[in-house]
Amino acid sequence: NLWSLIFQGCFVFKPSAKKKKTLSLGEFLTNVFTACKVLQDELNRNILDSLLDFTRKCSSTRQHSDWASQMRASEIPTAALVLGVNVPDHDMTFQSLSDLLQQSVTPYVASVQAKECGGKGLRGSLMGTVVTVDDEEEEEAEQTSAQHHKSVHCSLSTLCDWYNTKTKKSNTGTPGKKRSSPVRDGPQQPPVVIIFKDLEAFNPRVLQDFILICSRYIERLPLMFIFGIATSPSTIQHLLPHSVSSLLCIELFQSLSCTQHLATVIDKLILTKQFPFKLNGKVMQVLISIFLYHDFSVRKFIKGIQLALLEHFHSQPLSVLCCKKKEALLNVMQLDHLDLERIRHLLSFKRYVEKQEPREQVDLLTDDTHLKEVCQKLIKDLHKYHKNYYPILRCLHTLTSSLPRYPLGKQIRELHLICLEKNVWESEDYQSAMKLLKMLAKDELIALLQRCAEILQPTLLEMNESRRAKKLSPFEVLRNEALEFIDSLVKSHLSPPESQVLNEVCYYTSSATVRRHLNATPRTSIQAALNSPFYYLQNDRLKTEDGTVSNAAPDICIVYKLHLECGRLITFTTEMLFLSLFSSARFIRAVSELEFLGFIKSTKQKTDHVARLTWGGC
Amino acid sequence: MAALLQHPGYEEERLQRVAEQLPCREVQAGILLSLMGQPHQYSYPSIFIYGHRASGKSHVMHVLLKELELPHATVSCVECVSVALLFEQVLLSFFGCDAASLLPRSASLSDFVRIYRQQCSQSPAKQTRYIVMEKAELLRDTDANLLPALLRLQELVEDNVTIILLSEIVWDKFRPNTGCFEPLLLHFPDYSKGELHTILSQDRHPSYSDEFYSSYINILLGVFYSVCRDLRELRHLAALNFSKFCEPLEEGKVKETDTHKLWRNIEPHLKKAMQTVYLREVSSVQWEQMQQTEEKENGALRGLSAHTHVELPYYSKFLLIAAYLASYNPARTDKRFFLKHHGKIRKTNFLKKNEKTSNHLLGPKPFPLDRLLAIFYSVVDSRVAPTASIFSQISSLVTLQLLTQVSHDDQLDAPKYKCAVSMDFICAISRTVNFEIVKYLYDFL
Repeated sequence: NLWSLIFQGCFVFKPSAKKKKTLSLGEFLTNVFTACKVLQDELNRNILDSLLDFTRKCSSTRQHSDWASQMRASEIPTAALVLGVNVPDHDMTFQSLSDLLQQSVTPYVASVQAKECGGKGLRGSLMGTVVTVDDEEEEEAEQTSAQHHKSVHCSLSTLCDWYNTKTKKSNTGTPGKKRSSPVRDGPQQPPVVIIFKDLEAFNPRVLQDFILICSRYIERLPLMFIFGIATSPSTIQHLLPHSVSSLLCIELFQSLSCTQHLATVIDKLILTKQFPFKLNGKVMQVLISIFLYHDFSVRKFIKGIQLALLEHFHSQPLSVLCCKKKEALLNVMQLDHLDLERIRHLLSFKRYVEKQEPREQVDLLTDDTHLKEVCQKLIKDLHKYHKNYYPILRCLHTLTSSLPRYPLGKQIRELHLICLEKNVWESEDYQSAMKLLKMLAKDELIALLQRCAEILQPTLLEMNESRRAKKLSPFEVLRNEALEFIDSLVKSHLSPPESQVLNEVCYYTSSATVRRHLNATPRTSIQAALNSPFYYLQNDRLKTEDGTVSNAAPDICIVYKLHLECGRLITFTTEMLFLSLFSSARFIRAVSELEFLGFIKSTKQKTDHVARLTWGGC
Repeated sequence: MAALLQHPGYEEERLQRVAEQLPCREVQAGILLSLMGQPHQYSYPSIFIYGHRASGKSHVMHVLLKELELPHATVSCVECVSVALLFEQVLLSFFGCDAASLLPRSASLSDFVRIYRQQCSQSPAKQTRYIVMEKAELLRDTDANLLPALLRLQELVEDNVTIILLSEIVWDKFRPNTGCFEPLLLHFPDYSKGELHTILSQDRHPSYSDEFYSSYINILLGVFYSVCRDLRELRHLAALNFSKFCEPLEEGKVKETDTHKLWRNIEPHLKKAMQTVYLREVSSVQWEQMQQTEEKENGALRGLSAHTHVELPYYSKFLLIAAYLASYNPARTDKRFFLKHHGKIRKTNFLKKNEKTSNHLLGPKPFPLDRLLAIFYSVVDSRVAPTASIFSQISSLVTLQLLTQVSHDDQLDAPKYKCAVSMDFICAISRTVNFEIVKYLYDFL
């Protein structure tokens, strides 16, 4: 895992004076990372389980001998696994799939990717991969079958021979001696599973031939395919003609949609008080929009959170306090003077100070021990705020998510974003949602309120009882009271985190950093470099007023500026004017550098002209 | 029947067994036998057998060579990715694995001939050796010298060896420009309906009588014969639907002989099968499960082609829309659609003579990346930064086969693409982003 590497890297470079901080940080980060891993496994649990069942069932029906199953034994069992278009996420799914298969069904699992299997009718490479993957398996287990290695070419018949010697051995030999778990309780003939990771990218000819070859061996070799499909199952019909698809027995497995995955991730990682580290509204917005607009990749989303986390701990010294309540309270006591000064400079703290009595203000700004005590209280408050925030948020979401036209959003993440930005109860949408709630029928409202009560139960038990008792009185009054109660809850607990004192400790705010890291804009960077070389080179001589170029700027910057002032076709003669600035060799070199960067290209219309490839910017 | 398969070189008993295994192919088997002659006699160097899929070519050869215990090597040309693999398999089955291991790493034809001759001098043929090559049409794609050489392999290796090529294509399509040794041609005609019936009736269910199964096959052929004559498919369908056919019998409603009632029961079921399981919309396992649960929920299983919905990221959707517009609109009309003050230009102004036909009938046209991006920026409603991920989305669309790259992979400068999705698909996509694509299509002005 790359992230744990990066994260180890962080340790190495941390100065030793902050050992305490790194320790707690380390523990905390490991928690978050394991939570991410567990979560990702959890997301695919259902589909992986059903796939495992499928492979088990297929290998057991092979050994049946009733009339009907014998008649169609020639079909290759195939699972079409529809995973959605977020291809980068699939690797992990396939990895855990093949791990699970190897643990519980069969040791013979091979995964193939289109890019490994040649483009130009190289049927062989596909087969080669399958055989070699199984070969590796074999080498891991034991060194046998000399006659197998002698044969020059990989073919399915060699695979078949190898498989036979293999299974015979494990059947006659003492089970559990060589390969412990798989053989013991697995079927007598474990299937050979071939996973096609990206079906769409395969060359249809290669795939067809491969399936034809495999079907010749299906009687001797219990093959099984798993197709990883990113778009829709109908691609199978586009790729394979009837004569080939009739050799397969395809069963469809559809995984959860990407947005459902996102919802789970947000639910488990963000909307929980378990992790003291939080993202502010803007950062959340950036991460969510990268997900929805660009790639649908859950993995990238989680990486975004991890990036924000590292950035936060790296850039905010007060993040020592961003940990479990108990530790945070201890850490407060160990803050040195410098850290306390930092606290005094926090915006939220300044606001807090302004509200205090003058006497208290002085104490807060001068007395370190007093400040520590106050900080402990403030940290407690912050934790309390989080403890209440999430249940109330869920509660409000339950109430409003079923209203017509979703005034406060359909997904809980939308509501969360609103709450992060401003006082939700001041928005018009909230008002209209409340109006709509007042119009709900009795049974609907009661059902909703009951669901809310379930959410709130752990936090606010006493409130729950009082509301139950009121149910007996007339509905109208009760309804208003119940809703007012909800309203008051919202007002007291759903205020945006910015209003909380010391929120800077837990909230990561630099959305620009996250955006720059996750959604790179190479064009913009190049243009920035050409427009103002100072930005990257940091040389004082390059500092200029807006829109001008310094004489000291690199040649290419000057040529770039010149080309911006020209039309679509640029002649060298007009440029010659500027040759007085530097020699013609340097000029030609700068022009070709510009061409290399893709701003201009030589044109066939006129020999001494170049065409501009970008528009605007004059 | 047995009279057809008579040959002095082989035992009566064996020929009898062969004949039993080859129903409706006695004539062809007889001709082959007489071509092959007695085991020790030299046979004709090459025989070319052609006929449609599932017309018994491989089966006949397999049974003949196996039952008569003749030395042979069967090779499938699909499997032989390289010629070396082919040589290896032939040598392996004639002379054992020691001979096969003599082949160098990338064996050529002359290597093969050399090793064959060397081996053959050690163990000369007492009987004719046969090399059967299935799916011989693929030999046309290999080296030009392979096919002519194989056809006269007997001369080359000076051994009693015969090549038998099995193909679905006629010999005329094989003949190389340079000419070659002409093999003997033998055609396997398609099975007639009667023959299909005879063959299918042979694999009857053990717990039912011959007549009962035969009447079932009769009904099955009545439904499927008009659409499918492939023996393998029919056999598959017969196996899948038999349990349903037996259902009224099991419940005791009908007797075995009451064919009409049985027919009434099975016929709609078979019709349904023709639309689903025969087209592989539904797999055979799912079909069987459906039969069991049918009474309860009336099988609401959707076929493969029913799943066409694809979820895409927001900008990918717009990129795909832009690609569709670029593929189906002439580049001249972009001004009309995407410029704010284009003035009043009617369609007739744009029409050129050859453009009367709809662009949708002509199929998608290639477009350069620049045009795609220009249209993309004008259709997408918000300002989009040209980030790296916009570009990577284009290449993901290519791997998902929603776009195809027309220019060569190596061409980095101004790549060209085509949009590979259907009108229905793009309409569904545009609906999800509230974009009225029809308004922007030149064909629908």
